[in-house]
Amino acid sequence: MDIYKALVDIVGEEFVSRNEEELYIYSRDSGLTEREKPDFVVMPGSAEEVQKIVLLANKYKIPLIPVGASLTLSGLAVPIRKGIVVDLRRMDRIIEVNRLGRYAVIEPGVTQGKLKAFLERNYPDLCHSMPDAPPSATVVGNILIHGQGNLSQLYGFNSTMVTGLEIVLPTGKICRIGSCSLSPYWFAVEPLPYLAGIFLGWFGTTGIITKLGLRLYPRKRLRDIEVFVLDDPEKVADVVYRITHTEMAEDVITMEQPYPMMFRDVVLVQIYFNGDSEEEIEFKRKMLWNSVMNYIRSRDGGFMFLTPDVQEDFLEKPASSVTRFADVMKGGGFVYCGAIIPVEKFAEALRKLKEIAKRHEITYGHVGRIVGRGHCMMFSFSFPFNRADRASMERAKEALHESYLATLELGGIPWKPELFAQKMILERMDKNAAELMKQIRGLLDPNGIMNPGNWEVEP
Amino acid sequence: MMDIHRCFRCGYCKFPDDFSKYNCPPYARFRFESFSPGGRLWLTRAFLNGEVDFSKHLSEIIFSCTACKNCAENCRMGFKDEIVDWIVSARREILERGLAPPFVRDFLENIRKYGNPWGLPRKQRADWLRAKKYDGDDYLLFLGCECSYEDRGRSMAKNFVEILERAGVSFGILGENECCDGNEVFMLGELGLFQELAERNKKTMSELGVQKVIAISPHAYNAIKSYEGFEVFHYSQILWDLIQSGEIKPGELRKTVTYHDPCFLGRYNGIYEEPREVLNSVPGLRLVEMERNRKNSFCCGGGSGNFVFDLLRGSYSPARERVREAAETGAEIIAVACPACKAMLDDAAKDEGLKDRVAVMDLSEIILRCGIS
Repeated sequence: MDIYKALVDIVGEEFVSRNEEELYIYSRDSGLTEREKPDFVVMPGSAEEVQKIVLLANKYKIPLIPVGASLTLSGLAVPIRKGIVVDLRRMDRIIEVNRLGRYAVIEPGVTQGKLKAFLERNYPDLCHSMPDAPPSATVVGNILIHGQGNLSQLYGFNSTMVTGLEIVLPTGKICRIGSCSLSPYWFAVEPLPYLAGIFLGWFGTTGIITKLGLRLYPRKRLRDIEVFVLDDPEKVADVVYRITHTEMAEDVITMEQPYPMMFRDVVLVQIYFNGDSEEEIEFKRKMLWNSVMNYIRSRDGGFMFLTPDVQEDFLEKPASSVTRFADVMKGGGFVYCGAIIPVEKFAEALRKLKEIAKRHEITYGHVGRIVGRGHCMMFSFSFPFNRADRASMERAKEALHESYLATLELGGIPWKPELFAQKMILERMDKNAAELMKQIRGLLDPNGIMNPGNWEVEP
Repeated sequence: MMDIHRCFRCGYCKFPDDFSKYNCPPYARFRFESFSPGGRLWLTRAFLNGEVDFSKHLSEIIFSCTACKNCAENCRMGFKDEIVDWIVSARREILERGLAPPFVRDFLENIRKYGNPWGLPRKQRADWLRAKKYDGDDYLLFLGCECSYEDRGRSMAKNFVEILERAGVSFGILGENECCDGNEVFMLGELGLFQELAERNKKTMSELGVQKVIAISPHAYNAIKSYEGFEVFHYSQILWDLIQSGEIKPGELRKTVTYHDPCFLGRYNGIYEEPREVLNSVPGLRLVEMERNRKNSFCCGGGSGNFVFDLLRGSYSPARERVREAAETGAEIIAVACPACKAMLDDAAKDEGLKDRVAVMDLSEIILRCGIS
């Protein structure tokens, strides 16, 4: 069977490649995980084309790797067993926005940037939870890895904001989940059995999402920030508790890094808040200040004076400073372990991060995001590297691997883990839960074609 | 190119500043990551490291970049201003290794031999234009290759010459002695030939005592500015001066018009307002903006020689996307200020079947259409 020709028949010649150049680019992401060239890269333009690709792959037992912007940095979209990379970014329609119901229905290629711009232009009183990934990251990709965004402190992981799914199952059937399975509306996946969970966090191993319903939230006219600074990391969990108790904050971010030196050995807690009027903003500011007044009085912490430039930088959405970390060593790269940990583990995690960095003679950075009202947080162990210096890449990789271990020792879970860390998680997971995962995959994907290698439970 | 490894491939470079659409012409056209600025830089590095062999496809990836500079405008990294230089250097490396693809080789060879990318005779450069040779006039009018040989460019030149004459401006042209300005030659990585062309034009202009140059093409404007020693104006600036000083007074034109910013005028040289001022000075004319404008303008796809070899052609071409975007504004006229843009968008309007809905007209043509006094 001429697979190339079959793919051309499905999507047209312009959207299939087996050229070395595309195979090279799609064989890796910007992180440091292993690389493998796919056999083909294909860009479908509709759910029906995705379906045909899946049927073809199933018939000939060819691995399929669905990709968005490939920005996880942990190799989740690397075709480790070769096969067909399915770049979904041609499917980038915003199909519907239901203003009164506050949800949108989008295709998998819609980028964070596109949805943000579209809502700001057409529905200025609505927004979605936006991560600080680059704007080229896809909304669906972020949700499928349980990403977090600027509204996660209020509403939880972005994956909890799903109101409906259309999926091409590994066998080629197109399936709808949630209210859209029996109604023209995409308002919720509840109160039906929670089938969405079979597809969220599975890294494309259980199907290819072709449409997704997403909760939107009120977008306030004004947005502001206060930055609380304290030098004792042990106090951060309590500070976060007090701030989140006010229910005045939109987003709460923690930050610690050795450079620039003004940030060294102090923890910054960035508190974003918003309002429709100056009055609302000032009321919230006052509440937030009052919540940590005991720390100010005891001189254990205080609010930082922000110059307009610094304030503008902090308020940028998405925060490009996160991406610019890749240029810290003028080396074009960084890796990070996003540890999902209890907030009370903040100080211990920071201690471990510094120890790891010191041990591997590498600089580090930390940015964390509170999820829910302090229910947990994403704590990043971030290490820059120089792409032109193999030794620095090795050091970053070793530090990263040690961070995965540290996360598990803290009682946390590595977020969007690379294969190495997936294995560590599965080894430690409740055996029956791991077995259940295996059974679900086996049931959905009997030929094992979907992003093989990921979430694979050893026999 | 020592720092080319610094690109993280984050993708900010693909967008305008509000992230609403893909704004990198080759990426918008082909959609494979390999055609994004980051993909191109990673592949360049892989080629230089020997990880990827040279191929026809690689040459298409590297030469399909129109050097529109959207990437540099929107990159968030410290090296943003070097991105276009890296692309130019990659091309230079390919040329120096003798690997130039035929379409680039022919383009450069024609310029070297005939002074224009089409390989047309030098004497045809200005024999069609009734304008006096430069002889110590206030301004030298530099036509550039597109305005000398391409029909739509020629009409731009004729229109502007008519305005200059009616306004009584003292100007002359170089005629056969004009040589390609070299902007595209530079962008294609042939720096030696660019130097040669620049020296030749400089010598001609210096010997004639030229001090002030008007360029119709923004590409020529960009190149001649780099020659140094001359005061260079884009024709939109001259038009605006003539209107401001009352030398010409546009008549009424009841049309809705949108203006397309040329990359080498806007992003390269920061000239955004003068063309708009010209249009706004026309009574009755309603100027509407496309979603992507000024520093976020979407390139027509003609830069880096693509107005000749057009690697981005097809139904997803940037020019066709741009024409559709213009039509969405309800405009009846797409105003342009660059001969390459005029040809690219004019062809695209035909291909899109929009020719009857939106006319592609340059600033001088619009001014003449409404009548001047």
